[in-house]
Amino acid sequence: MARRVAIVGTGQTDHCSHRPDVDGREMIHEAVIRALDDCELTIRDIDAIVIGNMDHFESINYVDTWSVEGSGGVMKPIMKITTGGTTGTSVAIAAYYHVASGLFDRVLAIGWEKNSESDTTAAIITCSDPIWDRFSYSGAIPSLATEAVGYMNRSGATQEDAARVAVRDRTHALNNPHAHLRKPITVQDVMDSPMLAYPIKLLDVCPRTDGACAVVFAAEGTAEKIAPKPAWIKSCAVRHSITWFGDFDFNAGLMSLQRAAKEAFDRAGIKNPVEDLDVAELYLPYSYAGLKWIEDLGFCGPGEAPEFVGEGNTDMGGKIPINPSGGVISTNCIGATALIRVAEAAIQVMGKGGKRQVPDVVNALATGFGGCFWSDVVVMSTQRPY
Amino acid sequence: MTTGRDYSKLLTVKFDRAMPYEWSVGKYGSRFFREIIEHQRFVGIRCPKCNKVYTPPRRICGPCFEELHELVELSTTGTLVAFSVVNYPFPDPNTGQQRPIPYTYGYINIDGSDSIFSHIINETDAERIRVGMKVRAVFKDKAEMRGDIQDIKYFELLNK
Repeated sequence: MARRVAIVGTGQTDHCSHRPDVDGREMIHEAVIRALDDCELTIRDIDAIVIGNMDHFESINYVDTWSVEGSGGVMKPIMKITTGGTTGTSVAIAAYYHVASGLFDRVLAIGWEKNSESDTTAAIITCSDPIWDRFSYSGAIPSLATEAVGYMNRSGATQEDAARVAVRDRTHALNNPHAHLRKPITVQDVMDSPMLAYPIKLLDVCPRTDGACAVVFAAEGTAEKIAPKPAWIKSCAVRHSITWFGDFDFNAGLMSLQRAAKEAFDRAGIKNPVEDLDVAELYLPYSYAGLKWIEDLGFCGPGEAPEFVGEGNTDMGGKIPINPSGGVISTNCIGATALIRVAEAAIQVMGKGGKRQVPDVVNALATGFGGCFWSDVVVMSTQRPY
Repeated sequence: MTTGRDYSKLLTVKFDRAMPYEWSVGKYGSRFFREIIEHQRFVGIRCPKCNKVYTPPRRICGPCFEELHELVELSTTGTLVAFSVVNYPFPDPNTGQQRPIPYTYGYINIDGSDSIFSHIINETDAERIRVGMKVRAVFKDKAEMRGDIQDIKYFELLNK
């Protein structure tokens, strides 16, 4: 029987496009110190560490050992997990498994990336199959563009509808001192920005960020002593589908997210996500995902997202605020990105959000996205799971 | 923790050399490229369990976790199911040089196959391309073929 587990502390760097003042280890250290300070622990209190990034982005292939002085992993159990964009949720879920297993009481999850150290598109291309896909593949943007075109054809959604999502996230980022892009934008700004791959324009997509995030997980019995209001993990689910780009069905919706959400919501007792969840930190790497994927999550019916978002339901003060942190469109240090979703959802549950806090949060959702349209889902709550 | 950042005094170290690799194509993948060299045609492979035909042919059906054996001859024509015109510059990890842009990345459902094949389309005007258009593979001259994905030069639009 799994033990109950809660998040008791989080820490993040102040994310920005280039941090030549720190190497990767030093940047990791900043996030770890902030996470430990947040829950008033020292590194001696940590029993094990799970760390992850996109190792081909910095060309450091043994990050777990290379980074120990920054992570605090000297003479501790430490492992690296790399699953592409979902790396951050993978390290969070693996840290949860560590504690739930009963083998460790306090585990540190770390995600980080120095995106400035290589060309992101070229590095992402090396994730694709070298024999079949690498010749024509051009990184994340065109595969997302093909998904967006399919969604627009089916739903009648417009480029302006998608731009509204980017405006929401960038507006929310103004409240987050850690966010990378903290300048407000308008729908017109998005429409006027350069076309990268139709229908995706520069302001529809996430930036490239240097940053790190660390999250402390603790077991029931320990967690309540560390944090006055821990963020209990109610459920998590992982769906990693095929990696042949050609096998993905663009017309079926984001099936990995549909299935992961169904499993996580069923186990957490979430029947109507919009009513039962109070806030969502979603891995939305581009604006169109803020329409299509919230339909896959069941926030609204197929084709209804443009209206649902347009009416302000996902803004601060709306029915289900999405990305009070500013989301991925405002900050994208890729190996940390999904862990930041988990950290930000936990911050909301713990009531530590400051200017970005949604009032009276009980249940919060975090998602991760990556790989070949892979999805991770985590539900957390002020209430201990049964 | 760092506060003020004096960027003028901070250094970076550059690495820009090629790192060679040699990837195995496998039994059915090799057959796919050999069929192109010898007969300028495509072959796929059928899953005995779900009956799905995969192109390029591979040894295992992921969802069924079944081993595949039955090669199927396919047409060199297909239907465009998705595309994107790429307008932004980036270094190509295959060459170390910037990949020429614009170019069109296309997903093609090859006739007789159930999976989708990714390659390039020789049309970069997005106004002239529509999902659902018929396309046909154009191959390199036989003498220039090397047994890789670029033995297919591109797919051309048939019903402009």
